[in-house]
Amino acid sequence: MNAATSRNLTIAFFVLLTFGALAPMAFGSARFPQWLEVVIGGLMSGVLYALVAIGLVLIFKASGVFNFAQGAMVLFAALTLVRVMEKLPFALALVVTLAAMVALAWLVERLVLRPLVNQEPIVLFMATLGVAYFIDGFGQLVWGSDIYTLDIGMPKEPKILLEGTFEGGILVSTEDVIAAVMAGLLVAVLALFFQKTGTGRALRAVADDHQAAQSIGIPLNRIWVIVWSVAGLVALVSGVIWGSKLGVQFSLQLIALKALPVVILGGFTSMPGAIIGGLIIGLGEKVSEVYLGPYLGGGIENWFAYVLALIFLLFRPEGLFGERHIDRV
Amino acid sequence: MIYREAGQFKTTYASDQQLFPILQDRVFVIGFLVFAFGVMPFIGTEYLFRAILVPFLILSLAALGLNILVGYCGQVSLGTGGFMAIGAYAAYNLAVRVPDLNLIVIFLLAGACSTVVGALFGIPSLRIKGFYLAVATLAAQFFIDWMFARIKWFTHDSPSGNVSAPPLQVFGFPIESPEAKYLFVLAFVCVFALVARNLARGAIGRAWMATRDMDVAAEVIGIRPMAAKLSAFAVSSFFVGVAGALWAFVYLGSWEPLAFDVNRSFQLLFMIIIGGLGSILGSFLGAAFIVVLPLVLNQVPGWLGVHMSTATVSHVEAMVFGALIVFFLIVEPRGLARLWAIGKEKLRLWPFPH
Amino acid sequence: MNLRDAEPATVARRVGDVILAVEGVSLAFGGVKALTDVSFDVREHEVRAIIGPNGAGKSSMLNVINGVYRPQAGQITYRGTKRSAMEPHIAARAGIARTFQSLALFKGMSVLDNMLAGRTLLMKSNIFLQALRIGPALAEETEHRKRVEDIIDFLEIQHVRKTPVGRLPYGLQKRVDLGRALAAEPKVLLLDEPMAGMNVEEKQDMCRFILDVNDEFGTTIVLIEHDMGVVMDLSDRVVVLDYGRKIADGTPDEVRANQAVIDAYLGVKH
Repeated sequence: MNAATSRNLTIAFFVLLTFGALAPMAFGSARFPQWLEVVIGGLMSGVLYALVAIGLVLIFKASGVFNFAQGAMVLFAALTLVRVMEKLPFALALVVTLAAMVALAWLVERLVLRPLVNQEPIVLFMATLGVAYFIDGFGQLVWGSDIYTLDIGMPKEPKILLEGTFEGGILVSTEDVIAAVMAGLLVAVLALFFQKTGTGRALRAVADDHQAAQSIGIPLNRIWVIVWSVAGLVALVSGVIWGSKLGVQFSLQLIALKALPVVILGGFTSMPGAIIGGLIIGLGEKVSEVYLGPYLGGGIENWFAYVLALIFLLFRPEGLFGERHIDRV
Repeated sequence: MIYREAGQFKTTYASDQQLFPILQDRVFVIGFLVFAFGVMPFIGTEYLFRAILVPFLILSLAALGLNILVGYCGQVSLGTGGFMAIGAYAAYNLAVRVPDLNLIVIFLLAGACSTVVGALFGIPSLRIKGFYLAVATLAAQFFIDWMFARIKWFTHDSPSGNVSAPPLQVFGFPIESPEAKYLFVLAFVCVFALVARNLARGAIGRAWMATRDMDVAAEVIGIRPMAAKLSAFAVSSFFVGVAGALWAFVYLGSWEPLAFDVNRSFQLLFMIIIGGLGSILGSFLGAAFIVVLPLVLNQVPGWLGVHMSTATVSHVEAMVFGALIVFFLIVEPRGLARLWAIGKEKLRLWPFPH
Repeated sequence: MNLRDAEPATVARRVGDVILAVEGVSLAFGGVKALTDVSFDVREHEVRAIIGPNGAGKSSMLNVINGVYRPQAGQITYRGTKRSAMEPHIAARAGIARTFQSLALFKGMSVLDNMLAGRTLLMKSNIFLQALRIGPALAEETEHRKRVEDIIDFLEIQHVRKTPVGRLPYGLQKRVDLGRALAAEPKVLLLDEPMAGMNVEEKQDMCRFILDVNDEFGTTIVLIEHDMGVVMDLSDRVVVLDYGRKIADGTPDEVRANQAVIDAYLGVKH
């Protein structure tokens, strides 16, 4: 497939997506304010998917590893935070958790990445599967496996917007808005870190070409520790937001599995791709669940994201913003 | 001294290409089969059959199927649980809707259903590789989970989604006693292992391995990637589907979709990584390991005089599996089967150092 | 010494009609032009060399011939059929085999299996017969094994036939690569730097194998090689590429005397 066809398909995809999102209104099965609530709700959960996906993209770019353990890291971070908060004030607990994530990154680099350097990507992927199991078991062994409430003082009561414009207004959860703002801030900080600092530059160099970066004296191993630590930070933020929304529990790790179709949609190597992919998946699954679900027996949220990603893979395997590469022989 | 092939000269290519070219291997395998079929039923306890041997054999069959896809053809799948579910529910529907169908026919047809679905979900493999494909197969897993939980037709309108297998019998013999179940499953597994071995060392197995090792080169020498990959998906899903049907009918008896969720897929993948990718023997070793390890872990605290809750044991189990996966990928990517082969090499020279 | 000079009479008899021709082939990756309007032909039974500096587009040319790359313009005519692009399996089926510059062997498989894989196209029995390994499937395996053993003898690699190729030294791997291509009983053999990275002795062995293949089986050979001595010795005609364009085409002697070639490839004399 050449570039033009590929671009046209992408445009067609967005057009279809817009139609899909608008369709419930056009066919009269939804009122506008309700529909808008669904769309906003979808975009909000999309922000959270995007957050987990950013962790995946970070690690993939810097170490070529598709990190299946990102979900387990989210759970581990949230669990650590919530249990340490029982003993220490929030700010201190945050520091302790962050230290734990850095330690985890260091251990992963030492015990997994370094011995497996230059292995095929799929081997590394399977290794992160093992890491995921280990972190899950370890986290729950140390911190327990109940459901814990994470209260960091986010206001719970929903806000009603545009009351004057529509009858009844639009219901928006304040928690979601704060979460979105936090996610936005994190992304901005990461972008600044990558663009403006020396470490950020080194990270980008490593992402571009491992060997070239190494040959000019960038210490690969240290970069990996930093990247996995940053991914740990992203996991912590995702864990805080998810955790205060749903409670800290094992199922967090399954929600994080949703980040896989997100990166497939957005492309493995693209930060903006992770964000837009997250929004598309969040929006798509909410709208389809609310308006299509009833016809199919409900619960289609469980597979919608995956099937969307699967269909997408067939037409544009490199994702929306990913890099194409040519097999050379 | 015992395990030596000196003096066994192959005078024809046919004799060099037989199933087990070395005499001692042949004797060992035959002896093992005689023991498994002839002696085991008389000496085994009910616990041994029910809790260890039957699940071990069925999971070996599923692992064998997955190994064809992952180990031989290099296509990673995380949807194995889903394909097992297809086999289980297909068998259930056949048993319920088509009266008087022979049980063996039911299982084979269940495998055939799984083959069709597996080949369908294998289509993306023509365009994508590696973890992209792994994620695509997760789509199959989640979709299939949902299908059996929500579409009532498949569960014969059972209100809870829970279904039960009918009484099992083959040619008038009931398969109810632990011994009978064990022998029935054993027979299936032996036949399928032979088929897997034949396929793996024949033209089609070479096409799979060639696709795995270097797909562009395979295409250049005339192996069509589409045929190789889809046939691997099809054969693999057939094995997995039959295993799913056996798991549901013979081991579980009654089950719900949860029995075949994504954790089953991971468990099977772990089996072949630990047992040995691209090895028939490895599928068995891996399955044995993963079936036996939790039983051992459950016992260890007792031996040490410590009390551990079930939850704790399951967390420790997850940690041990996770650590072992990483360990094997680093130290011996070809798993227990490779260790076995190394042991045999050593034995060939024993007791001489070289 | 030119090995061909010793037997001019056979050379004249050997070379037949044009079996493969490329006309006006252009290939680009994004903005990078790998090949620009390249045309040349290959005659049956001849040894045809493609030479040129690094990045001249030689490997790309082979990849176009056996369909790994699709050129944006031009035609490929093989045994009378004109195509705008080859497909790898059509090329394989029609008797074009190749070896690879950076080894592309099936590393996890034994030497024997690698070479048997090269004969996949010649195997007929279906999956069910293979699964039970009875009758025709069994006979077929044995028959193909015989043919492959002949090639193993020819290449003198009997001692490693059951070794996984990943464990073999480089020189032997190159031989297995050639063996896998030969196993398909090709009409045209594309060799991408078969002697790269070899020492003199290994090179001599490889030259002998290539000439023997050409003489005994009448296989047409298209060869990319950097060692000018080897090229001059082995080949009947030479194409020279530079920056994706053809700059010369002719017998080794003609090419050697060509000023453009000397400037581009052999270097301007000081």
